[in-house]
Amino acid sequence: MKIPYYPGCTLKTTAKPFEDTTKAVSEAVGIELIEMPRWNCCGTVYSLASDDLMHQLAPIRNLIRVQDMGYDRVTTLCSMCYNTLEQANQLVKSDPEKLEKMNSFMDQEEDYTGGVTVVHYLTVLKEMGFDSLPVKNPLKGLTVVPYYGCLLLRPEEISIDNPERPTVMAELLTSLGATVVDYPYKLECCGSYHTVNHKEVVCEKTYHILSSARKRGAEAVVLSCPLCEFNLDFRQKDLEQELAPMPILYFSQLLAISLGLFDALEFDQHYVDPKPLLKEKGLLR
Amino acid sequence: MIPKISKETTLLEKAEELSGEKIFSCHKCGKCSAGCPVGTLMDVRPHQVIELVQANDWNVLESKTIWLCASCFQCATRCPKDVDLTRVMEALRLLVLRENVDHIRISEISKEDLKELPPVALVSNFRKYTG
Ligand code: SF4
Ligand code: SF4
Repeated sequence: MKIPYYPGCTLKTTAKPFEDTTKAVSEAVGIELIEMPRWNCCGTVYSLASDDLMHQLAPIRNLIRVQDMGYDRVTTLCSMCYNTLEQANQLVKSDPEKLEKMNSFMDQEEDYTGGVTVVHYLTVLKEMGFDSLPVKNPLKGLTVVPYYGCLLLRPEEISIDNPERPTVMAELLTSLGATVVDYPYKLECCGSYHTVNHKEVVCEKTYHILSSARKRGAEAVVLSCPLCEFNLDFRQKDLEQELAPMPILYFSQLLAISLGLFDALEFDQHYVDPKPLLKEKGLLR
Repeated sequence: MIPKISKETTLLEKAEELSGEKIFSCHKCGKCSAGCPVGTLMDVRPHQVIELVQANDWNVLESKTIWLCASCFQCATRCPKDVDLTRVMEALRLLVLRENVDHIRISEISKEDLKELPPVALVSNFRKYTG
């Protein structure tokens, strides 16, 4: 299957391991990711003000590029990009007047027709069927929890799963051979952009999320958002007295391990090094 | 400091216009506050924010709450009356930001933080905290 891929800024920088492992996995399972030749930052957060069309231009411009490529779907990895692109998309699809205004403003571009759908990469995998994944190195003996956070699931209109009781990541991880346990914090916000100037908020959220995961027996937390990754991982720096280190992994890193794609792995950008845990479980080559 | 916004239109009208929400739909059940991930840190709880807007009380713009809201959409998802409080919070922030009163001084972020923080953190923070 061929699908355009929108990377976003963070996948090219601090979340490079998320992108690299996804590319390797895609190749192994027959998903041809066509990286968009031209893209711009989506803005990272969807603008919620009813009079603000200016900030909707960036996401819609990206969808025009997808349209130019001749496709009607685009996939992305970052939860924030997914949320911003698809919320903006749904806004213009449901409001022809706004779409027309934006199209006439972007007079150097083709008009956007509203014909593109943004699908998160987890959905692409789910459509293929998790059972069809060629697992060579099952994640036996590894107990994990999925962490969904906010933006894959809320608001409801763009949710990739049941917004209050999601199972998609648990299903994926189970099919990779991991033991998945449930805990009450899988939907709880990590504090998001407060990490820049209200670190204490993020530390408090990180503490609650990770200690709950630990109590349920989790050895690692698995997620899909580069900002959640940073927050739950790097904010442990300030929690060393309170919390034993908890490795935070992108779902694609565990996918790569279970498919035996060891060359794609890179753990240098993590604060808590996941390698000791993965080695202890005999999962790294 | 409350920004010098023309008070000819009421806060309620401004907030409804900017958010697109119907503020009086709220029946004060408190579900928004119950589920808010930063509710315990707020000086005014989310359902009280709605009450203050209903009462046209401009002091709500001085609350810590509007800046502590992390735009997580939890209240919006759970509200039984379809009030999207995430949008109301954004409207209230914008009433301040559009008067050129930023909530963050970018020059005060340390070099170490700038080096370590992912782009997605910085861009989203500046989008929410600067006008
Ligand atoms: S959940 Fe909705 S109806 Fe209930 S208090 Fe909050 S805004 Fe009002
Ligand atoms: S959007 Fe804001 S007010 Fe609503 S639950 Fe999240 S943090 Fe609380």
